[in-house]
Amino acid sequence: MTATSAGSAASLLEVTDLRVTFDTEDGVVRAVDGVSFELGEGETLGIVGESGSGKSVTMMSVMRLIIDPNAHFAGSVVYRGQDLMALDKKEMRAVRGSEVAMIFQDPMTSLNPVYKVGWQIAEQIRAHRKVSKAEANRQAVELLAAVGIPNPERRADDYPHHFSGGMRQRVMIALALSCDPRVLIADEPTTALDVTIQAQILALIKKLRTDFGSSVVLITHDMGVVAEMADRVAVMYAGRIVEHGTVREIFHRPQHPYTWGLLGSIARLDRPKPERLNAIPGAPPSLTRLPTGCAFAERCAYRFDKCAEVPPLHDRVGNGHLDACHLSAEEKQQHRSQLLLFSAGLPETLIAGEDAS
Amino acid sequence: MTGADAGVLLRADKVRKYFPVPGGLLHGRAVHVRAVDDVSLDVRVGETLGLVGESGCGKSTLGRCLLRLHELTSGTVTFAGQDISGFTRRAMRPLRREMQMVFQDPYASLNPRKRVGNIIAEPLRIHRQGDRTAVRRRVGELMDLVGLSPEHANRYPHEFSGGQRQRVGVARALALHPRLIIADEPVSALDVSIRAQVINLLDDLQDTLGLTYIFIAHDLGVVRHVSDRIAVMYLGKIVELSPAEELYERPVHPYTEALLSAVPVPDPDAAATRKHIVLEGDVPSPVAPPPGCRFAPRCRYATDVCRTEEPPLVQHGGPAHLAACHHPLNVG
Repeated sequence: MTATSAGSAASLLEVTDLRVTFDTEDGVVRAVDGVSFELGEGETLGIVGESGSGKSVTMMSVMRLIIDPNAHFAGSVVYRGQDLMALDKKEMRAVRGSEVAMIFQDPMTSLNPVYKVGWQIAEQIRAHRKVSKAEANRQAVELLAAVGIPNPERRADDYPHHFSGGMRQRVMIALALSCDPRVLIADEPTTALDVTIQAQILALIKKLRTDFGSSVVLITHDMGVVAEMADRVAVMYAGRIVEHGTVREIFHRPQHPYTWGLLGSIARLDRPKPERLNAIPGAPPSLTRLPTGCAFAERCAYRFDKCAEVPPLHDRVGNGHLDACHLSAEEKQQHRSQLLLFSAGLPETLIAGEDAS
Repeated sequence: MTGADAGVLLRADKVRKYFPVPGGLLHGRAVHVRAVDDVSLDVRVGETLGLVGESGCGKSTLGRCLLRLHELTSGTVTFAGQDISGFTRRAMRPLRREMQMVFQDPYASLNPRKRVGNIIAEPLRIHRQGDRTAVRRRVGELMDLVGLSPEHANRYPHEFSGGQRQRVGVARALALHPRLIIADEPVSALDVSIRAQVINLLDDLQDTLGLTYIFIAHDLGVVRHVSDRIAVMYLGKIVELSPAEELYERPVHPYTEALLSAVPVPDPDAAATRKHIVLEGDVPSPVAPPPGCRFAPRCRYATDVCRTEEPPLVQHGGPAHLAACHHPLNVG
């Protein structure tokens, strides 16, 4: 987990200064505004943010899945030395599915309701590889078994609506895995599911990560899910990454006031119950009228003159942990310890222990 | 209110709500979804009772039964000492003032063609609470109370963000000075940072107005934060009912234990060391629930008795801690 700062050798996917805008009646929506990150081999990157923060649009753009004449893209997306932005439709289709696969919150976006699930998986296998029908069917059943669907031979002949929500999610994962992708992009894969079913699906994704050695990009709004799954975390706000670091850095030494706000807003089960939750006041800015400076400044309790200019995403701590906030590392440490102590009722020793580690 | 019931605002006694399955016949008998099956509970004045459970456990249906938005299949609901289970719509009407509901989806529960001022004023007009000026003044007060600026009364719901819309929903529910508010997943559709704002608002309103809440949610963190007592439901039944902190510290029912362990914790180190109980399979169909304990097919402690005999909801652990289990955890 040391190769977190820029320039790790085993990087599979490199996104540099990605910008996505949409022309709308109300003006230009800057959905993604200069996002850069990379994904290493076998690594799990968590992208967290609230609705409209640009986390899904970022990954949809990486997959070139946004087909909208009003959308404009800039920046580069390099997958194993290949610039995905420069590929034509056919070449992109070869990457999608066999190299990079995506799963969504709603499995019905990936599954066709009028075909049997076994057929759909076999079809996908045959589209990417030269195998016989019988072989593809056999592999489809194997995949259904691998994602933990009971009686896979029989269930392969069922239609998507025959499956429960959790089981349907498993079918979609089987479909995504059918061509052994190196990268799995999971966009809120468990948001629509109950907690006990969510636990099953998260356990499944973890198992697949070890068994197949795939890298995972996990898009979610749930800080608990990120803490459990990710090696590294990027926090997005209003189309930009505002903080980026290892999962332990983000949760134990968060640098950006927005991240503090996110962590303070959660009613968490692992801490004594606070009197009040530390809500972030206000609402995110409109993406058509982004302020000239820091997009979070308006809601930030620590803003000062300098916040009128956009803070660059920069390593201010000196350990590869990037943040986009003008406050100095010392000021942040001071604010943070007050805030987290106050909000979570954490004993002093715990904080000290964290900083020593 | 009788002496024995002092402090109890709402009481449910053996409430059942079965929905017929259209066209469903099993062995020649009509088939029913047993959404709520024999539920008894008390809600005390000024407290927040949390109702948790996964989708389909019957928590929303129970909430609606308590408000008499559903006809009960059997059982009784008593509100402020009055048995309201047999009340007609007309008889219920004056009581509607005292019990209100806040819904999950602030996008679906507000009429998009009406200005929010009119939305909030609607209960006042229906119950004829004062003339135009009085209504307008009250709407301003209410908007102020929930943290909206009264100047925005002329705007339409789509001009507000999700969190603000939920505030409109809360203002509407408060319009008639209710005593009881049933909030059905009031924050699940909101983003995390906004969620905390609405939870704090509900907290403050309870303090200033002395409200009683029934808070229905699937998010165990949120429920712990707001509730004094919590009822955990599974397949139409209450499996555990306990003071909030006790439930989290010493869950008695294996389902509660599994539910708590399944919640991802926002701490990467704890996440790595925490033991997870991953439940196998899905929730069985409420049309034909398993015999005996309904959780038995997914329970890792289940024995023969669990599969044949239904455990009653009785005291285990603390004096106010009830659970329905043959093999209670964390007791003695």
